[in-house]
Amino acid sequence: MSEPRIPTIAVENVSKNFAGYEALTDVSLNIHAGEVLCLLGDNGAGKSTLIKVLSGFHQPTTGTLKIDGETFEFKSARDAAEFGIATVHQFGGTFPLMTLGRSFFVGAEPKKQLGPIKVFDRKKANAVVVQQMQEMGITRVTDGNRLVGSLSGGERQVSAIARAVYFGAKVLILDEPTAALGVKEAAHVLRIIMQAKKRGIAVVLVTHNVTHAMTVGDHFAILIHGRKADDFAKGERTRAEITDLMAGGEAMAELEAELKALTDAASAPTD
Amino acid sequence: MFNVRGLIRRPEFAAFVGTAFVWLFFTYFGWPTFPSVLVTAGWVNVAAELGLVALPVSLVMIAGHLDLSVGSIIAAAGITYALLTGHYHLPDWIGLPAGLAVGTFFGFVNGVIVTRTKVSSFIVTLAMSFFIGGLIYGVTHLIVSNVQVAVKVSPIVKSTFGGRIYLAYENAIWLFVIMAIVVSWIVYKMTFGNWIFAIGGDETSARAAGVPVDRTIIKLFMGSGFGSALLGVTSVSLYGSAQISAGQDKVFFSIIAVVIGGVLLEGGYGSPVGVIFGTITFAIVISGLNSTGWGSDWFKLIIGILLLFAVLANKTFRRLALSGGKPKSATLPAKTSENSHV
Repeated sequence: MSEPRIPTIAVENVSKNFAGYEALTDVSLNIHAGEVLCLLGDNGAGKSTLIKVLSGFHQPTTGTLKIDGETFEFKSARDAAEFGIATVHQFGGTFPLMTLGRSFFVGAEPKKQLGPIKVFDRKKANAVVVQQMQEMGITRVTDGNRLVGSLSGGERQVSAIARAVYFGAKVLILDEPTAALGVKEAAHVLRIIMQAKKRGIAVVLVTHNVTHAMTVGDHFAILIHGRKADDFAKGERTRAEITDLMAGGEAMAELEAELKALTDAASAPTD
Repeated sequence: MFNVRGLIRRPEFAAFVGTAFVWLFFTYFGWPTFPSVLVTAGWVNVAAELGLVALPVSLVMIAGHLDLSVGSIIAAAGITYALLTGHYHLPDWIGLPAGLAVGTFFGFVNGVIVTRTKVSSFIVTLAMSFFIGGLIYGVTHLIVSNVQVAVKVSPIVKSTFGGRIYLAYENAIWLFVIMAIVVSWIVYKMTFGNWIFAIGGDETSARAAGVPVDRTIIKLFMGSGFGSALLGVTSVSLYGSAQISAGQDKVFFSIIAVVIGGVLLEGGYGSPVGVIFGTITFAIVISGLNSTGWGSDWFKLIIGILLLFAVLANKTFRRLALSGGKPKSATLPAKTSENSHV
């Protein structure tokens, strides 16, 4: 972090209070273009709150967000979306009963001139979505009239990422994109993440999976109880250290000791 | 190449099968009365009248809402038209648009309350149904001390709204055709149509994607208010009088027709073409029983069965649709997804 680059988003001393409960305490992070920042932490560590602050759903109680070096306040999710911050949730496309073409363009439908009026250009929508999916390696999809819900979990993730990239996302926030996927599909999604990174998009990857994080991550931040416990670049920690931190460090050691005591006690009488 | 699997997966397919089935059913059991020109006019009229309400209501339902106030709005529009022309002797060109405006306005109120309060539209429109029903009862009683208002319809209105096209075929059929075209246009050709599906699918995501959710919902309720009002003034001009209790049967009939038409109650899925078939199916069942020897006593029973059947069919077809074109054989190169460098 010694380089003088200006981060795409700088989170500075952000705290978030929910009616007395402090979900985030004094968190500072830099999110750079063309890098994958892995956000790690146990359930309830504040990951969700942090990405909701980043995507404009929550406003920080104290602290600031800087976009390209300038302080900015997101008043709503739409504000953040206009800045090119796109969030993709665990189950990808959120309109399972819509066709691919329709859902891909919700809120930004392509239009064509039909006589004196402009109409929704479904043909174009379908063609674009198929092309984008093909480019992202989902060759099975050849018809934009297919329902989103008929795709597999990985394909839905990919289509949601494709959507964000297509609409020029500068920051892509992925909330546990691989959690519900099989090994092959997860690998595919990770490849797509690398592709997005190469395009210069700043990626924030929330995950529980250390392997996935270490595969694509350039930078890592670990949250414990709403505080940033550690923050390091690729190669600065071993896998064991990361796993330990994610599990809450000493908590894991305690658990191991407890388990050992239990197994010792169980094996004692039978001897 | 004709894609049978694709056709079966279309939302309107089940509705079409239902229509074909009930038509054949009554043609068989109601032979030779049912397929006659006059009996056909009977069910076509019922379908057309119901369709004026069911089509715009289907859009409300695709957006994940319900409108239980259509019955009272039908009466309110009819009473407005009848009071202004029959009682106050204003011309039709004031009375009829006023009736339509009243209906659309109540739809607007529904939409505003639903979007502002976030209370379920089921309760909001139920309350509005009673509110409007009570309002027109009180107002009508105050003005004409009666529960019905006679109206004298001008020839122009008679030949466009009321009246009949040919034999027993009502002018409502034309209005139904226009309504079907308009609603289909909205769904298939307008970006607004896309928003309806998005809102019904996931309102929060639709909003995040930039869809003006509240405005869209308000417009949809205005649409169902307008459709109901259109039926209200049409019936009044056809029968020559307005009843304060008119139209209440349309509240559930419209929902039933929409569900038979393949629209999911949860919202987010459906098609105008399906709703047209659903409306026709419903109309055939209502009218067809009279052509059989069994009489119309059984009509509710059959509607009940039909509705249950339709809901189950919708569930099945939805599952089928979501299962998508999963390749049964290994014709699709599955390996490409692994090997492709993305």
